[in-house]
Amino acid sequence: MIINHPLLGPCDAQEFTYLGDARLIDRPDGMAGGAEDAFYDYAYLRDNPAGEHRELWFHEQGDRSWLVVTRNTVTHEITSVELARDVARKQGRGV
Amino acid sequence: MRYSGFKILKEALSGHKGWTPAWRNPDPKPHYDIVIIGGGGHGLATAHYLASKFSQCNVAVLEKGWIGGGNVGRNTTIIRSNYLLDGNEPFYEFSLKLWEGLEQDLNYNAMVSQRGILNLIHSDAQRDAFIRRGNGMILHGAGAELLSADQVRREYPFLNFDDARFPIKGGLAQRRGGTVRHDAVAWGYARAADSRGVDIIQNCEVTGFRIENGTCLGVETTRGFIGAGKVGVAVAGNSSRVMAQAGMRLPIESHVLQAFVTEGLKPVLPGVITFGAGHFYCSQSDKGGLVFGGDIDGYNSYAQRGNLPVIEDVAEGGMALFPGLGRVRLLRMWGGVMDMSMDGSPIIDRTHIDGLYFNGGWCYGGFKATPASGWCFAHLLATDTPHDVAKAYRFDRFRRGRMIDEKGMGAQPNLH
Ligand SMILES: Cc1cc2nc3c(=O)[nH]c(=O)nc-3n(C[C@H](O)[C@H](O)[C@H](O)COP(=O)(O)OP(=O)(O)OC[C@H]3O[C@@H](n4cnc5c(N)ncnc54)[C@H](O)[C@@H]3O)c2cc1C
Repeated sequence: MIINHPLLGPCDAQEFTYLGDARLIDRPDGMAGGAEDAFYDYAYLRDNPAGEHRELWFHEQGDRSWLVVTRNTVTHEITSVELARDVARKQGRGV
Repeated sequence: MRYSGFKILKEALSGHKGWTPAWRNPDPKPHYDIVIIGGGGHGLATAHYLASKFSQCNVAVLEKGWIGGGNVGRNTTIIRSNYLLDGNEPFYEFSLKLWEGLEQDLNYNAMVSQRGILNLIHSDAQRDAFIRRGNGMILHGAGAELLSADQVRREYPFLNFDDARFPIKGGLAQRRGGTVRHDAVAWGYARAADSRGVDIIQNCEVTGFRIENGTCLGVETTRGFIGAGKVGVAVAGNSSRVMAQAGMRLPIESHVLQAFVTEGLKPVLPGVITFGAGHFYCSQSDKGGLVFGGDIDGYNSYAQRGNLPVIEDVAEGGMALFPGLGRVRLLRMWGGVMDMSMDGSPIIDRTHIDGLYFNGGWCYGGFKATPASGWCFAHLLATDTPHDVAKAYRFDRFRRGRMIDEKGMGAQPNLH
């Protein structure tokens, strides 16, 4: 698979390590009410769709950035690649 | 129809005209006491034990394709009970005992071959871990043998003992481990269940559940609604998709595991060998092909095929251990989709929906579990209580911090 890095252009997926569902960006607040349930859900449960999936890839052998890759889990077609930083910022997080 | 030596002889002398189909091909009835989704090894084994051990014969197995077309027909056929943890070892040992009596139980030749499995040791730390595992196995009656490097050399002289990175320092052997003809497992269970009246319905995909007031009343299928007193789901790599139809999210991701087979060779490999440090394992099929595999591809996938980088990785691992492999031609490779659960262990449990039961999360090791999985799931479906050896396989273990981390690598499916 080729991942089209937003800064570096097309890179072989072999340069990356995979973490999983991009929702792992949304770490719950450990101090908020219901944190126990929120963390159970966050750490263990997954949607695991057959089709479009947003997921986190780490450019370990490249610029060490985290990317949010939208990939089809049936065909492996990649339709969008964003910097995880930009995704988090769009959600109003990070500096 | 019973199979026997006499029957074969009789048929040989009378032109093989007396063989009949091994199972019927019935249309679905409007209602069953128990409906099992998934005609893989686990679903068919569940049906067999429901009928033979729990007198539940008003049972149907629904399979979206053809029985045995899923992982049961795609795996590398290794059976063993060399586990460590209390939640696992009694279960897998129960399974191995069932394998040992399977052919008599089913009246079917599943080619159960206890040719032995050998886990190679490459470091002192690994030796310590394997000694501990071996002791655990002995305590549970599974049997284990620690071999020195010289003993390994006598059995497998052609391995690369002096590899700079992973020299072979010994091995942990389980002589009762081995291989089983995978398709025959599906066919044998199907035939045995069918002979007790279980309906095996192929080309029947479950597309939804009918759930009213928290109770499951049956399933919607491509062949219409089928009512059921209880529904058991055993769909291997498709667990998340099927359970999502009941509104459930699971602690599971779907990943692809590849397997490989070479051209047929004369007997070279007496048993199963595993090279855990390099992620490679290998056995020789009865037809002579070397059957081997390694790691999962490493990202969520429902494509029943693998990708080239892992093929290279497995081939490298194989060459490092077994240099002679480089002279052999690879005939085929294929992939299967598996549930990877968050602790690498399975789930056999009821759900919060009355009448809906789940069996899944078998990761890369569910073939050896087939008989025990079927028996324990049948026990749960018939009696509403978990079987003694499957008590640890609950849904809530993640929430309660009672995970079964057999590999000791944390609560992540990407254990590699
Ligand atoms: C390459 C590879 C190598 C492996 N090697 C080993 C090994 O050496 N030893 C070992 O112990 N394990 C091994 N495994 C794991 C093992 O094969 C599986 O864990 C086990 O076979 C899964 O159970 P099953 O046989 O019932 O699954 P399957 O045979 O996959 O059965 C599930 C069935 O459910 C059906 N289904 C799915 N959705 C629906 C629906 N909506 N409606 C109706 N039917 C549906 C599917 O068509 C399928 O037939 C390996 C797996 C792979 C992929």
